[in-house]
Amino acid sequence: MKIHEYQAKEILRKYNVAVPEGRVAFSVDEAVEAAKSIKGSVKVVKAQIHAGGRGKGGGVKVAKGIPEVRKFAEQILGMNLVTHQTGPEGKIVKRLLIEQGVNIDRELYVGITLDRAQSKNVVMASTEGGVEIEKVAAEKPELILKETVDPAVGLQPYQARKLAFGLGLEGDQFKNAVKFFMSLYKAYEASDASIAEINPLVVTKEGEVIALDAKMNFDDNALYRHKDIVAYRDLDEEEPLEIEASKYNLNYIKLDGNVGCMVNGAGLAMATMDIIKLAGGEPANFLDVGGGANKETVANGFKIILSDPNVKAILINIFGGIVRCDRVAQGVIDAVNEIGVEVPIVVRLEGTNAEEAGVLLKKSKLDFEVATTLEEAAQKVTAVLKR
Amino acid sequence: MSILLDKKTRVVVQGITGSEGSFHTQQMVEYGTNVVAGVTPGKGGTKFNKIPIYNTVADAVKHQKVTASAIFVPPPFAADAILEAANAGIKLIVCITEGIPAKDMVAVYNVIKNLDVRLIGPNCPGIISPGKAKIGIMPGFIHRKGKVGVVSRSGTLTYEAVKQLSDLKIGQSTCVGIGGDPVIGSQFIDIIKLFNEDPNTDGIVMIGEIGGSAEEEVAAYIKKHVKKPVVGFIAGQTAPPGRRMGHAGAIISGGKGTASEKMKAMKKAGIHVVESPAAIGITMKEALSKVKSR
Repeated sequence: MKIHEYQAKEILRKYNVAVPEGRVAFSVDEAVEAAKSIKGSVKVVKAQIHAGGRGKGGGVKVAKGIPEVRKFAEQILGMNLVTHQTGPEGKIVKRLLIEQGVNIDRELYVGITLDRAQSKNVVMASTEGGVEIEKVAAEKPELILKETVDPAVGLQPYQARKLAFGLGLEGDQFKNAVKFFMSLYKAYEASDASIAEINPLVVTKEGEVIALDAKMNFDDNALYRHKDIVAYRDLDEEEPLEIEASKYNLNYIKLDGNVGCMVNGAGLAMATMDIIKLAGGEPANFLDVGGGANKETVANGFKIILSDPNVKAILINIFGGIVRCDRVAQGVIDAVNEIGVEVPIVVRLEGTNAEEAGVLLKKSKLDFEVATTLEEAAQKVTAVLKR
Repeated sequence: MSILLDKKTRVVVQGITGSEGSFHTQQMVEYGTNVVAGVTPGKGGTKFNKIPIYNTVADAVKHQKVTASAIFVPPPFAADAILEAANAGIKLIVCITEGIPAKDMVAVYNVIKNLDVRLIGPNCPGIISPGKAKIGIMPGFIHRKGKVGVVSRSGTLTYEAVKQLSDLKIGQSTCVGIGGDPVIGSQFIDIIKLFNEDPNTDGIVMIGEIGGSAEEEVAAYIKKHVKKPVVGFIAGQTAPPGRRMGHAGAIISGGKGTASEKMKAMKKAGIHVVESPAAIGITMKEALSKVKSR
């Protein structure tokens, strides 16, 4: 799960991670009010969307005084912000973060994530703040310092000191950086984050170490024990069809292609997308109906796939293990009768009761393209796309 | 003829009285698995279909000489269940549960790696040695006894591959679903080592997917040590970056973990990489016939 920068900073503040003073605003007037309540003459107006690269896209402006805050808030609120992470369609800005200006001495980087190869969390720090860390990793990997954390004891002070020394920090900057890293790890660990990234992490001339930006993502599997984080969900940041699908517990991801698909199991769903591409189409979605595929899930799946106007054909690929294919077939037939599907449907049901399912599909007199093997399913997709 | 599991393996089911646990216990017993005990805290002393239930795994081990565990308990309690099994001295633990928080698994993994325990999963279909026994949720009837080992991060996609093999009369020695989570007990490399050492496994099918670098790591091992033919497929060639594709571990992050990267590394290692998931069976057939004609 993703959240906004201002929300991440609220969480960080709870764990005593230093962040600039700031307030969220949903309107220009609120932005001005927020700016007035924040100390200092320089304020920063920051667009809040779930994507990085906001500064380059014109979504972050430094205001010298309240009139400029108003001007920038008017500019940014409601703008369609395009960054390298939003895709060309961009995202409409509906929230702003108004923050105090910070007297920057150096821009650094710190991030925490799970290192899957070691099955341990790793804290990464770099002197190359403000640029994409992936780029640094690819071009100058020696500039990324890493400390692997033993989960039994958590991040240790000596590790935080090693990172701070490695960044060339001294005096108050050093002391505050150590405190910052320790607190950031606590926040990451306690909130079941999957990533906590501070880029840039700034050190000020006054010796402070502050999170100028903050990105936190969370482990979906752990959300059941974090009601406060679930409350941060912003539906404006999600694809409407994906919100609809989540109501039915369907695992759906919208893509840009022309062939919709409905599959049981995540691996088979990905493989089915791949085979659509090999068959000459482009997958319109990822949809895993899960282990309990029944009449209702199939019907809901159909409705969601068909809400996407780009869909020119549908491939249903179910491998029945525990799930019985004849039940799925009946679900497909009922759904088509109920909704009235106009696009061609290729159905491939394999596994438990596949033969009975084939008989049902045939008897229905509906216009299905029935395939037995995956190979045959791919060929039929190619054929219907050529129609 | 098989790795990890056979008819003699004495299995305890943790969470035997839950809806998943009870259903799959019946299925496993029907397939021939030697399920000798169940564990549900508070229900010790009762029975499930003649199988004695204990309050703790330690009790089950003491009374029934259990050697393997199948875990079906819900996600919030699964990490605890794994540790309970490991500390009771069970050497093979298969955790089927999907949805365990990564933080819990990081802690569990780093404890059990120092113990003499093999954990399969979590979030996996389990293990089957066709014709002998299964610990898991896979449909038994699609499998066929034979000499190809299958290892996969997926569930239904594994069934697909197995069906293709069985239809071509290529049987399987053992099929292992290692799971779709970012932190899992056994990686490709652990299972492929076992298949490589098993004299009754002639070929290996590995089914990976986007996310992480486990496929790249095993590719380096295969290049160096494995002479048996390996057929590989990576699911998610068309998956967009930054999105979790169903499995918690199936995500391309920071441009890393793409299918093309993995396929490249696997091809370099001499693995028969197929682009189409429909070609897994036939490619293994061809690879095996080439070995025979050598």
